[in-house]
This record gives sequence, C-alpha cells and structure tokens, in this order.
Amino acid sequence: MTDRAAVPATGRGLRWRARGRTLAVTAASMLLALLVGALLMIVSDPEVADKFRYFFGRPGDALSASWAKVSTTYWALLVGAVGSPTALAGTAGQAAPLICAGLGVGLAFRAGLFNIGAQGQAIWGAIFAAWVGFALHLPPVVHVVVAVLAGLVGGGLWGWIVGFLKAKTGANEVIVTIMMNYIASQSLAWLLLTPAFLRPGRIDPIAPPIDATAMFASLYGQFHVGFLLAVAAAAGVWWLLDRSTVGFAIRAVGANPHAAATAGMSVGRTTMITMTVAGLLAGLAGVQYALGPGADGVPTPLSLGLVGTVGFDAITVALLGRSRPLGIVFAGLLFGGLHSGGLAMQTFAGTPLTLSQVLQALIVLFVAAPDLVRTVLPFLRAPKQAVVGGAA
Amino acid sequence: MSEQQSGLELRGITKRFGTFVANDHVDLDVRPGEIHCLLGENGAGKSTLMNVLYGIYQPDGGEILIDGHPQHFANPKQAMAAGIGMVHQHFMLVDVFTVAENLMLGREGGFVLDRARATAKVRELSERYGMPVEPDALVEDLPVGVQQRVEILKALANDARFLVFDEPTAVLTPQEIDDLIAVMRSLRAEGKGIVFITHKLREVRAIADRITVMRRGRIVGHAEPGTSEAELAELMVGRAVDLRVDKEPARPGEVRLRVRDLRVANSAGGVVVDGVGFDVRGGEILCIAGVQGNGQSELADALIGNITPLSGTVELDGVDITRAGPARSIAAGMGFVPEDREDDGFVASFSIAENLVLNRFDQPPFARGLALDLGAIADNAERLRQEFDIRSQGVSDTLASLSGGNKQKVVLARELSRELSLLVASQPTRGVDVGAIEFLHKRIVDERDKGTAVVLVSTELDEVEALADRVAVMYRGRVVGTVDPRTPRDVLGLMMAGVPYEEAVAAAGPSAPPGSTADSPTTTSGRRTP
Amino acid sequence: MSDTQTVRPVEADQAVQLSYLEAPAARRARLSTGALLTILGVGFLILGVQVRGEARFALSTPFDPVQLPTIALPSTVTVLLCAVITLAVGVGYLTGRVPRGATSGLGALAAVAVFLGFVSWAAAGAAYPFPVGNQLAGTIALATPLVLGALGGVLCENSGVVNVAIEGQFLVAALTAATVGSVTGSITAALIGAAAAGVAMAALLALFSLRYLVDQVVLGVVLNLLATGVTGFLFDQLIQPNSGTLNNAPNMQSIRIPVLADIPLLGSVLFDQKILVYIAVASVIAVTFLLYRTRWGLRVRAVGEHPHAADTVGISVLAVRWQAVLLGGVFAGLGGAFFTIGSTGGFIKDITVGNGFIALAALIMGRWHPVRAALMAVFFGFITQLASQMQTLQTPMPSQFLLMLPYLATIIAVAGLIGRVRAPAADGVPYVK
Repeated sequence: MTDRAAVPATGRGLRWRARGRTLAVTAASMLLALLVGALLMIVSDPEVADKFRYFFGRPGDALSASWAKVSTTYWALLVGAVGSPTALAGTAGQAAPLICAGLGVGLAFRAGLFNIGAQGQAIWGAIFAAWVGFALHLPPVVHVVVAVLAGLVGGGLWGWIVGFLKAKTGANEVIVTIMMNYIASQSLAWLLLTPAFLRPGRIDPIAPPIDATAMFASLYGQFHVGFLLAVAAAAGVWWLLDRSTVGFAIRAVGANPHAAATAGMSVGRTTMITMTVAGLLAGLAGVQYALGPGADGVPTPLSLGLVGTVGFDAITVALLGRSRPLGIVFAGLLFGGLHSGGLAMQTFAGTPLTLSQVLQALIVLFVAAPDLVRTVLPFLRAPKQAVVGGAA
Repeated sequence: MSEQQSGLELRGITKRFGTFVANDHVDLDVRPGEIHCLLGENGAGKSTLMNVLYGIYQPDGGEILIDGHPQHFANPKQAMAAGIGMVHQHFMLVDVFTVAENLMLGREGGFVLDRARATAKVRELSERYGMPVEPDALVEDLPVGVQQRVEILKALANDARFLVFDEPTAVLTPQEIDDLIAVMRSLRAEGKGIVFITHKLREVRAIADRITVMRRGRIVGHAEPGTSEAELAELMVGRAVDLRVDKEPARPGEVRLRVRDLRVANSAGGVVVDGVGFDVRGGEILCIAGVQGNGQSELADALIGNITPLSGTVELDGVDITRAGPARSIAAGMGFVPEDREDDGFVASFSIAENLVLNRFDQPPFARGLALDLGAIADNAERLRQEFDIRSQGVSDTLASLSGGNKQKVVLARELSRELSLLVASQPTRGVDVGAIEFLHKRIVDERDKGTAVVLVSTELDEVEALADRVAVMYRGRVVGTVDPRTPRDVLGLMMAGVPYEEAVAAAGPSAPPGSTADSPTTTSGRRTP
Repeated sequence: MSDTQTVRPVEADQAVQLSYLEAPAARRARLSTGALLTILGVGFLILGVQVRGEARFALSTPFDPVQLPTIALPSTVTVLLCAVITLAVGVGYLTGRVPRGATSGLGALAAVAVFLGFVSWAAAGAAYPFPVGNQLAGTIALATPLVLGALGGVLCENSGVVNVAIEGQFLVAALTAATVGSVTGSITAALIGAAAAGVAMAALLALFSLRYLVDQVVLGVVLNLLATGVTGFLFDQLIQPNSGTLNNAPNMQSIRIPVLADIPLLGSVLFDQKILVYIAVASVIAVTFLLYRTRWGLRVRAVGEHPHAADTVGISVLAVRWQAVLLGGVFAGLGGAFFTIGSTGGFIKDITVGNGFIALAALIMGRWHPVRAALMAVFFGFITQLASQMQTLQTPMPSQFLLMLPYLATIIAVAGLIGRVRAPAADGVPYVK
C-alpha cells in the first residue's frame, strides 16, 4: 500500500541514494510539522495574539513573545523527552506499546492489509493480561509470563477474526477493523461492570490493581522489561518478514496475490496468519499498558481509557517507519518522546499536551505526501530522471 | 481530391516518452467512406498514435489536419468536437449506468437530466445504424458484443465523422466479430472514415480498403487489401517470420494427463468449459487452439487449480487432482505458465532470485524449517540466469526492471527448473520479442523431449503450427475436434468458428486442398523496409 | 415503441448455450441470512418461554394535550409469535423455498418481528411502560448528525474519494459552531461557520488525496488524529480558559410547524424540531436529486465508477471530485454542529465519540445511496436510543450489546452475509492520466 517504494531498483547506489532522499523527506516533514505547530501555538495563545494587535507599532514585542512561547515549548518538549535519564526512561516506556502496535500495523501493510484494528486488538490484549494479573495469583516469573501470553492470545484472537472474515468472505478489512475497535471498547465497558472485573467496594468501571508478580520489572523508572520485549518483537518481525518462509508468503501475497496463489501459496491462510500475528503484536501493546509501570511505579489498573489511542498512533508509527521493523522502532521512540516530552511541556511551558498529537499527525501527513514537502522545499527534489513508459 | 473531402490527416507525428520514441514522424490519412487498417505488433506505437489523435497525449512534433485545416487537441473533448470518435479496446463505459446514461455523459444538455430525450436519442441512433440496443439496460448486464455496440453508438452520438477502432475484436466471439464487421461496413457506407487498429492479419484482409503497417514507432509500409498474409506478417515483424522449430517427431509415451468431462464455471456462474476431455501422453505437445474467450483460459486455470471444476476429473500420472489447489497441482509435478504473466506469473517488486523460487521457497534446499536459505536461493538464480539467458545486471534486480521477454524467461525458467510430469503453458510468447520467442519455443520442445506431457494454449496459429503434435480446437467451451497440426489453416479457422472437422474440410475443400498451407509466412519476397 | 427491436438474447442463435447457476455470492448471502434469522428465531423461542408479564408501551407522556392509551401486550404470546415468524422466514431462506418476488418483503417482515419481539421481551414486567415517544424523539436527535455525516460521505465516495475522516469533520465543525455561536450569538452564523469548517477539512482531504495522491484511508485516519489534536489543543489553550466568551453558544430552539405538530405521538416528534433536523431531511432529498437527476450528479457517479471513461468524454475528473468532496464537507460540517449548538451548546474534547464512524457505517450499510444511508442512520439512531432506554428499564440485556449493534451489522454487511455491498468501482483509487 504505502510502503511500496516507487524506486526502480537497479543497482545498489541508486537504492542508497533513494533511501537518503527518503530520510531527507522525513526530516523535512518533522521540520514542517514543528513550523506549523509553532504557528498554531502563536495564533491560539491569547497573550501572544494580543501583542500582534499592535504589530505594526512595535513588531518586536509580538515577535519576541512568539519566539519566547515557541522556544520554551519546544525546549521543554525536548528536555522532557531526552533531557535526563528519567526523561529517557519515560520516552522508552511510552515508546514500548507504540512500537508493538506499530509492528502490528506495519506487518499487515506488508501483506497488503490495512489493519486499523490495532486499537481493538490492544484492548483485548490489555483485558486478558490485566485479568490474569489481578485474578490469578501465581509465582513471580510465571505470573508475568502467563499474563503476557494471555494478552497475546486476546489480541491474536481479535486479529484472527479479521483475517478469517477477509479470507472467507472477502470483507474489506478496513471497515471490519474500524467497526471491531468499537465493539472491543463496548465489550470492555461491559466487562468492567461485571462481577469478574469490578473492584471490590467500587461501582465505577475500574478493575482491581494487578499483583506485583505480574508487573513488568522496572529497569530504571519507566524503562521496563516491556521495552526490551518490544525491541525483541521488532527483531522477530524482521526475521519473520525477511528471513522466513512465512514472511516470503506474506510479502508475496501483499505485492501480488494472484501470482502468489498461482505459485501455490494460500492467500486466505496467509491473510489469517498475518492478521493473527498483527493482532498478537497489537495485543502486546495492550499488555504493555496493563503490566508496565507508570510514572508512579505501578501499572494503571484496567479502565476504559487504559490503552488511549494506541491503535491510531500505531498507524502513524507504521507509516513513519515505512513498515520496516527498524523504522518502526525509531518512529515509536520519536512519538514516545513526543508523548512523554509533552507532559513536561504541559508542566513547564504551559502548552497543552495535545500539541504532541498535532505534531504527530502533521509529521505523518507530510511524510505521506513527499511531493508536497518537495514543493515547499525544492532542494529536496530528485535529480531529473528520464521517464520511460506509456508506450501502450 | 478536393480540399473539403481530404478527410483526416496525421503528418509527421512524433511522440517521445523520455528517451523512448513511441511515434517517429508518422503519417497517416483517412478519407471519408473508407476503412484504413493500421497494422502492427503489440508495442509498435499504434495506440500511442491514436491517443495523440484523440487528444490524450500531446505530440512532440507533427500536425493533425481535418479537411486541410490544422487541428490542436488538448483533450479528448476537443477531438470529439472535431468529429473524431474512439471505440476503445477497454470500453469507456460506466458499468452501473444504463445505455442511455452512458450516451448522455459529457453531453447532458441542461442541468437537470432529460432522460426521455436521451432514450429517444439511443433509439434513433440504434435504428439508423442497425445496432439494436435497449436504452434502459444496465451496461454490466449486457454481453460484451452489445457493450461494444454501445461504445460505437457513443462515438456516433457525438456526430463523429472519423471512427477509430482500437483492437476491437480482441474480446469478441467469432459471431460477434462478424456482426462488428457488418457494422463497420455499414458505417463506411454512411461515409464515415474508419481507422481499424489490429494485429490480426485475417481481419485486415477481410475488411481493409487500405493497409498501413507500423513497427517500432514508424510507418514501415503500405499494402493493398490483396496482399498476402505472408507479406503483411513480414512487414509487421520486419523479417520473414520463421516460427518453425527444429523438432524431432514426437515419441509419445504413456498417457500422463487424463481429462474427462470437465465442466468449469467462471466467476459470474457461466459454464465456460462444458464437457471437455482429452489425453496427453508424455513426450507430446497438445495445443489447445481457439479464438480468445472460448474457455481455454478457464481450462488452464482449472488444470492448475485456480478454479475448482464443477464436475469431471483430471488425473495426472494416475493421481486425481480434479479438486487440487495450485499447491497440490505443483506438488504433483505440474508446471504452469499463466496467460497473464504480469498478473499471475510473478511478483514484480520481488527480485529475480525470489521469483525463481516463487513456488518452491518453502522446500529444501531453499528453506530449512521456517528459515529461508538465501544462499541457496541466490545460487539457484545465478545458475538459471545463465542457463536461460536472462538479461539483467544481477539476480537481486526486481522483475519490474526486465523486458517482457526476459520476464517470461524467468517464469519459464522457474517452471522448468524442477522435475515435471506436465507443463501447461498459456500464450507463452504473447508480447514477447521475436528473439525470445525462438528461445522459449525451443525450451518447451526440449521439455517435451524429456518425456513431459505439454499442454500449450495458444490463439496464434503460427505458434500452434510450430509446436503442436496434436491440436485440440476449442469453441464455446467444447473441443470441436482434435486434429493433426498439418491440417490446413482454413480448416482450422472454420473449426475455431465451431464447424466440425468433416464439415470444415468439405467447406474448405474446393478452394484449399490439404497441404495448401505452404503460404505460411516464410517467403522472403517484397522486403519493404524504409 | 412497439416496433423497437430489443437486444438479442445472449447468443440464443448459438448451438451451444451457456447455462447459468445461482451465483455463489448470492447463494452464500441467502444461506447466511437464513441462518442468522433461524438463530434469532430459536433465541426468541427460548426467551418467549421464559418471559413473564405484560409488555406495556406508553404512547403519550402525561403532559401531552391528547392522551393516547398505554398498550399492553402479553409478552409471552408476542415474543413467541415473533419467534415463529422469524423462524419461518429463516427456514424459508435456508431451504430456498421463498418465492423470488417475496424475498425482500419477507425479510422486512422478519426484521419487524425481530424488533417487536426484542422490545416486548425487554419491556415485559418492567415497572414503567416503555416510553414510545421518548424513543422516537431520541432517535431523531441521535440520527440527525449521522444522516448529515453519511450524506457528506455519500457525495465524497460516489465521486471516488474514500472518506473515513467524517469523525474529524464532525469534531472541527462542532468546535467551530460552538465558538462562532459564542462570539456572534447567532445560530445562523454558527451553522455557516460549521459548514465552512467541514469544507476546510474536506479541502485537506481533497488536496492530499487528489493533488498529492496520499492513500485515502491513511489520510482519513491521519486527518482524524489531526482533528482530535487541533481541537483538543485549541480547547486546552484557548477555549477552556475563556469559556465564558468562547464556549457559550446559544442552543437551537425547536421550530414548531403549526397544525402538523399537534398530531398525537408523531406530531411533536417530527414537526416540532430543531432547524438542523429539517435541514437534514431536506438534504437527503437534495442530495438524492443532485446525484440521480442532474448533470453534475451523473458526472460525480461517472468519475467514481470509471474516471477514465469520464475523462474521454471531456469531463475533468479532478474538478468533479474536488466539487463533490467540498460539497460533502458542507453536510458533514452541519452534522458536526449538532453536537454543540444542537444539544448542550458547549464543546468538550472528543465530543463526537465515534459518531463519525457510525455515519460511515450507515453509508456502507446504505450501499452508498443517500436515501438508504439516511435510513440506516435513523436505524442506528434508533438502536442507540433503545440502548439508553434499556438502561432505564433495567433489562437483563446489557446496553453495551445494543450499542455494538451498528458496528456488528456493518461487519455482517461487508462480509456479504446479507447481500452484496458494492462500493463505487473507483472508490479510493487515485486518478492518474
């Protein structure tokens, strides 16, 4: 879909040059996003906007106020993301679920499937993992392993349903996954009010806290075992896609399902495998939320908004990472940094956390439209190539 | 010829795509009341020329004149306004619209649609030109031949004076082709100037008033309707075509493929293969001949298992594979060269090496358990690249970077690189340059001589004659007869139109006694290169 | 007319006739519909045996000038009757014994039976009668933005541009309506502002999909994120600190149509409504007329189905798509306005809570047709309202299950289990010459 690079791959040099251009476009997209974000900040800040009323009288006031606003905000964002060991740990903690869910979306992309359902898959992953975490009482290591496995099963099942429907009935996975996200969140809303999930003594939808034995061990602040798990998952996905027979089939089905079928691959089975693995990965993202320690050192109990918008963020992560595992890790770290730095930005610069979300959407929007970026920044344009074709 | 009557002229049209010259100073003219055939192989530049004429492409040089007045077409609308109509190979019809809506589109009149007027217009046109069509029928419900009628009416509705038919017979049944030829004649009688683009020599001879031949973007000659097919073919491909392959007489062994009473439905539920049965022995080539669309494609798809047959049996070396999918058919020893190789034959974004193991990537030596052995895959590719003379910089290049002939070599190399009991090849040389054709044919014959049973589906009689040991002619989903490849062409032609062998021989007899097929285009006279 | 020749039947003159079978897809749809109905029927049989008491339906509130009686149905009999009807139709579908002309009629009958059975079961033995008036009024309120959003999508997608960003259009328009309404104090200005906001979002959709050829589903998802981000940011930074001046919009008042509004039960529901409700109804008619009766509509549908064909007859594909997407933005924007000035007047973050996706579901379930999409939107509104009534009636069925129904129904529809759902052929396919 989007990850098919339009590069006529003849010769390594060309390929590397194309890769360099891709990186340049990505960097430029971030720059543009920061610029647009700055504009948004300036026009929406009442104090700064006030100074623009007498801009022609004393332009210096308005400009310096703008600069102050923008620079403190972005500085706070940067410091909050990477400025200290604690900040870095926070970034890693935020990145872990994004990487997992991003892998789930990216893997599906490679098979030609658009998995918008990472949200629902993550919700089920979180439900299963959290339930094991608070309802079963197992020995230390065993508990966390069982909880993780349960979460994988939850997400995998939810993904498998999509693959099954697509394979057996041809149902468009975009629409099915969108709808299944809402079914998942309604299911969570219902489950939280059932006796199995209600916290004793409470009537509001919040589950009991999970046992300490089921928690991801913290290595430093929010930098926990789950992050290592996410990186391991990325390595696993890389191996699966580039070095295994399963990945060969996934990529073949994604690139040309007809040829894959004629060569004896089962498109339906590959679709189901892909969506199940994608669900597993997104489920792991849900597990991260359920078992990973938060800023206060303990995991947030299962509740309606536990997984946030991870499923949709995952799409941006997969797009920015161009569906390649390594790219997804970097993209996950970047957006993880935006999220955790955003908290610092809110505290120290008084700029709302929601700016992070705006920046994230803008970056991906620009990355998805390289022609726009090249129009705005002409020096990024590729050297003219002879266009051959259209002889039909 | 008077100024007003000089008709449509293209003068020195040049069109480049990057460094590739699709049209190189092409001259062509059409007078009212004549049918001018533009003959040329796929990729000769015919369609590019017509797209220039229709305002879809802008020429890099040359001019278009109508009745002596220079024209400039920035878009199809201007070309239409000047009286040019196009009957596209892939119909430009909106499937979910009615016939009337399709005719209205782009020339609706007022803001609010006047359906009654549109319906009346369809009726009027269809009566005037003798092309019956129901105005309120949805296009998607109509047979292909009728859809083409709508496409023609659409051009006529615009008061087109000059009509371009772009490969109009490719999708038609023989009956529909007859109807179309009748329609074209009546349009000619009405005074329309017609450009008829094709690469089928027989049709050209049936209807053309004048013939212009294109090759590699240039006009390479003109011919009169009486010109022999051999001469036309030679003009078209640039040298005497000699498709004959040096092959020993077949030494058929045991029956390897046994097909009985096979019935196959297409996706719309139409039974397009209806009770077909045949045997193929090891070491022989059975050609399935017939006009495109008579069930051959579905037959091939049913053999490999892309379609599950409704009934009947397919046995390969005594094993029933009737309901086997492609995976089992391949495991049973079937090699398959699909008709549409871009769609079914390879993955364009994959490397040559990956495509060469597309149906064996999960078996030793290319896989150990779940892990791919990239080294073995690369070695295999390097070996096959040399053996099959695949022209590329390296085996890690994507398949998309290869030419048509080399792509087909990759497909054939993959299929022939393992032990086969049966090779099914559909149109293996379509769109392939002549040099590659000879190579591909030779490899297919070699495979036969190894004792493999070969089923070759082809619509090209030249290819059938060159390769077949026996010929099964298909018509409307049935085998009309199985005959010797030396059967005269006109007999084969009649059989392809559904006439049984004996009747065909009787009908063809007086004018074409057996053995008169020496007119296969191998003569070397009349070389006409610019 | 009489002498007009008709099309020759498909090759009737040929010796060999092609025989046709029931297409696999149609067969599958028939069987799965039958299975679904049969399962529901069996379920109702079980419920019918267990259910006790009367199911009462209140047709009037105590304040209505004309008092209608409260209807009491014996729940066991009603549920069992509905079960039998559902079961009979289901088995008919399964065995293929339903006469050809009667399939849709019987299907509709089964649907009515399913609903009546369900509501009777739910209302049986409840302390209060089921308030029919509330149910209808709530349906209209919930359906209005859905109808408008779905119409926006209908225009967009018929021209070949996939729009999963209806949610984003709703959000931005809702915020704009609230602020413009607060600043100007005028409902009209707020509506114009909302429509403009919808158009602005649509312009982004058109720009990136038509000019820069961004994958339209990707784009829709990203635009939704952008809309959530931008509205959230503006709300946090600008609007909440100044909510007195920026988030204090007037509410739309009901406009009473004389005489008609006095009809018992339905009168006040249909003819004493906010202006947006009337606009929604008019929009359905207008969009249907535009799409199917005008030159512009013919062109929109042509570029959505076969853009190349439209191009060859001189229609500018991109221009028509731009027009359709932008006009669609007007309706989506008006729909978004309903969330603020149509209800409480104030904006809060994520006020649209996924309604844009329900509108998308309605559009798909309505098979990209304005009237059918609007009916689906009303149906989804009905279900959502029913869910909240269930909560107050304290039925054993969790309301969340009902709230899942629109999504579930859409999945069933796109899986082809009920019938063929076909998008415009070029929907989501960029047009490159």
